[in-house]
Amino acid sequence: MSTLAYDGTAMLGRQLRRIRNNPGLAILTQTMPITMLLFFGYVFGSALAMPGEEYRAFLVPGLLVATAANGIMTGMFQAAQDSHRGVMDRFRTLPMSRAAVPLGQAVADLVVTAAGTVPLLLVGLAVGWRIEGSALEAVCALGLLLLFRFAATWIGIFLGLLSRSEEAAGQLGSATFMLPLLSNAYIPTDNLPGWLRAVAEWNPISAVSTALRTLFSPKLSASLEQGGAPIAPVPEGAAWPVAHPVAGSLAWCAVLIAVFLPLAVRRYATGGR
Amino acid sequence: MTTTYAVLSEGLEKRFGDVHAVRGLDLAVAEGTVCGVLGPNGAGKTTAVRLLTTLLRPDAGSARVAGHDLVREAAAVRRSIGVTGQYASVDGDLTGRQNLRLFAKLHRVRDAQARAAELLDRFGLTEAADRPASTYSGGMRRRLDLAASLIRRPAVLFLDEPTAGLDPASRNRIWAAVRALKGEGTTVLLTTQYLEEADQLADDIALVDRGRVAHTGSPAELKALIGSYAEVVVAHADAMAQAAAVLDQLTGREPTFAEERHAVGAVTTDPTLTLPRLVRELDAAGVPLLDATVRPPTLDDVFLRLTDDRNETPTDRKELVT
Repeated sequence: MSTLAYDGTAMLGRQLRRIRNNPGLAILTQTMPITMLLFFGYVFGSALAMPGEEYRAFLVPGLLVATAANGIMTGMFQAAQDSHRGVMDRFRTLPMSRAAVPLGQAVADLVVTAAGTVPLLLVGLAVGWRIEGSALEAVCALGLLLLFRFAATWIGIFLGLLSRSEEAAGQLGSATFMLPLLSNAYIPTDNLPGWLRAVAEWNPISAVSTALRTLFSPKLSASLEQGGAPIAPVPEGAAWPVAHPVAGSLAWCAVLIAVFLPLAVRRYATGGR
Repeated sequence: MTTTYAVLSEGLEKRFGDVHAVRGLDLAVAEGTVCGVLGPNGAGKTTAVRLLTTLLRPDAGSARVAGHDLVREAAAVRRSIGVTGQYASVDGDLTGRQNLRLFAKLHRVRDAQARAAELLDRFGLTEAADRPASTYSGGMRRRLDLAASLIRRPAVLFLDEPTAGLDPASRNRIWAAVRALKGEGTTVLLTTQYLEEADQLADDIALVDRGRVAHTGSPAELKALIGSYAEVVVAHADAMAQAAAVLDQLTGREPTFAEERHAVGAVTTDPTLTLPRLVRELDAAGVPLLDATVRPPTLDDVFLRLTDDRNETPTDRKELVT
């Protein structure tokens, strides 16, 4: 284990140095959601039944989670880029932990994401989103967000190691922007037709978005009863992961990590040989 | 005295789908020697190196590298080897110094910073040390790659086509480094398509063709095996038959003709067939001689002779000759 910790730290340093030397992708993926918040919040928000400010408050947690789901894309892209470089062969011929390279990538991604989330939170606060719960609940919400990012990154690393080329990984990776569209990240799901609602609510993004909404604004439903449209964080008749958002989110993250972390490490270690 | 082998493989096999890349590779590299694995593109050289460096798992056969079983003791093998791939296996996003420091850390070198600086200096990379490796020239990348393989002095160093595509100056630097390593007692297994490279560096040459070792021996043994090539040029076409008869008698081999040059040649393994004797015999037979040569074989000859049964196009051949 100490080998993994030591090698993993060295690989974390490598990834962070790479991102520092070439920060384009990291900056793009972290600033994109701010643009989307303004675009969705003001353009789409004006066409929705609920008041714009409320929609923006609803949207911020969803965008945070949708951005975390981008971990699939960045994970794929970085892993695919790495796996087609000779340097991976060098790592594989070194007497080092087999898990260190992907673990270093996942942790470096987490560090960058944690820092990159701050601007979105600030813009969110500026357009009307509020943290109404306790500090502890807010910290739990952010912790859950990062846990979900970590899980998403492992999906991405595995798919990236499977992909045949950087280009293929880039194309498939950018298709993942559709995943939040089929969830309650941007819109409430209560009015969707039954089967579509089920699909959207079993999307892990929905559980995590709902969990963030409940943790950041536990009194949202109550405050809305005083006149606003009833967008309760947990709609009635929701699927289990959304009806029990915190437990549902933790369960989703546990399942995703339990499946994709070993797959990615194994795939990395064998290099498809 | 028994020889200790740094690399000893028996019947290694590797298939990729329908392609049988390595089919029964038997290789023995004595400790402290340089073994040149020589073969054309697609002979299976790179697959052989990837098998012996634990990057691929063999489908059949076994091998010991630095005394450790390739499959069962892969971790121990990795602790004993250095590998430099065909393409530079360093991280282009990191600088030369960052690369070497990273690999030094992964090798548990106590003062990674100092080791990096020392290797940068040894390979003439100090000036470029803080530029991203992706901005390096081919020769510089290869040198950085070699430096990375030498962080901790490996017992066995694998070099996969270490000078492919390099200019002569860069090539000479790599050659000098390989010779220095041999002087320090490192066993080196290098693959190459360049006959001159194997001739210059290798104590033993393993000729690889279609996934197996076609022949092994020292450069001198391989040359003795093929012999010399005697060729005479005569004054007019009518004299060619006469010259051929003399060559046939002297060498016992079927002569070959180059009609347009009025040249007749034959291979000989007879060490007494020197140029003066050849000229005397032809003169005595009254052959109108314009030119005569008995040249020692090059490794090109060895290579073409020993792998001659394959149906190659002339362009394939061309690549082998540098």
